[in-house]
Amino acid sequence: MADRTITLEVFRYQPNGGSGTAKERFQRYDVPYHEHWVVLDALNWIKDELDGTLTYRWSCRMGVCGSCGMMVNGEPKLTCAAFLKDYFPQSIKIEPLSYFPVERDLLIDIEGFLAKLKSIKPWIIRQQEKSLDEGEYLQSPNELASFKQYSMCINCLLCYAACPVVGAEEDFIGPAAMALAQRYNLDSRDEGEDLRSEALGAEEGAWGCTFVGECTEVCPKNVDPGGAIQRAKVENTKAFYKRLLMPWGNR
Amino acid sequence: MRAKRFQTPMPSTWFLQRAGYRRFMAREATAIAFAPFLVYLLVWIHRLSQGPEAFAALIEVTRNPVSVVLHSLLFGAVLYHSFTWFNLTPKIMPMYVAEEKVPDFWAAIFMGYLPWVVVTAVVLWGVLR
Repeated sequence: MADRTITLEVFRYQPNGGSGTAKERFQRYDVPYHEHWVVLDALNWIKDELDGTLTYRWSCRMGVCGSCGMMVNGEPKLTCAAFLKDYFPQSIKIEPLSYFPVERDLLIDIEGFLAKLKSIKPWIIRQQEKSLDEGEYLQSPNELASFKQYSMCINCLLCYAACPVVGAEEDFIGPAAMALAQRYNLDSRDEGEDLRSEALGAEEGAWGCTFVGECTEVCPKNVDPGGAIQRAKVENTKAFYKRLLMPWGNR
Repeated sequence: MRAKRFQTPMPSTWFLQRAGYRRFMAREATAIAFAPFLVYLLVWIHRLSQGPEAFAALIEVTRNPVSVVLHSLLFGAVLYHSFTWFNLTPKIMPMYVAEEKVPDFWAAIFMGYLPWVVVTAVVLWGVLR
């Protein structure tokens, strides 16, 4: 047991109000302070030692699965990568990711995001699949480099919690999904750009983005969704003029 | 339909919450300065078309300290807004030379600042020669 402690102020919420308690409140927990502990370690300690009712989502605890995103002192963070030593001796305020409906405590509902993600068809689309004996789809290192950055997304949703457009417009497709749309649009093996353009080119798509740029700032994987969305706007504009100037083309 | 659940509210002062939001607001708000600045410019051109006396009279009016301060503020805001977009251009249109990505710093110079300096120099040369 460490002799020093750190205080966590944790957001608690039960949709049905729980047992006579206020619906939304902050609960303070004193947690042993270890220099090598991250916020997620502290939450696990609370759940194991103090309060088994605390609810949150986590899995890999090494910055790969994208499950443990929460607001740490108002900043969207992977709690497995937010070290207590960066906050000690001040207390730390833990809240669920902003702008998502909360299921309970720190657990957000991601159904809306999954529907948005599906709307941009994040998979490789071929007009004509090659048969197996024609071999694999080849790709040069440069072709890989053109989209690789966007493929690093782990769907942790920190970018959604940093985006004021997400907060203001419920139907906005949002940063991660649009970065993934670009990931497939830029992939040389993909032929589905036209099928994605309806969602991506809509007001709820790329054009809803006002380029605040904080999605890129908070991204733990350096995906740069902000840049991806602006590039989608450029492509969408080019396609518009192509249709306007060459209506006989099949686009 | 499920019952309405808790969701972090978005306060009307959301743009003060983060440094990045404040920078965003500074960038977007300075765009407003373009409208009065361009009206100002159109008035100058109009007076110029009316002959030297009309132009000299306008110069006399704009020597007033209030006008100097106002014009400087507008000009500062217009420059700030333009520079923020020069700096963002490489994010929107990454620049490649021989399939190598040009660093954002240099791309901003080649696509924004350099053309700006060249155009300014050409205009100045045309006016002052």
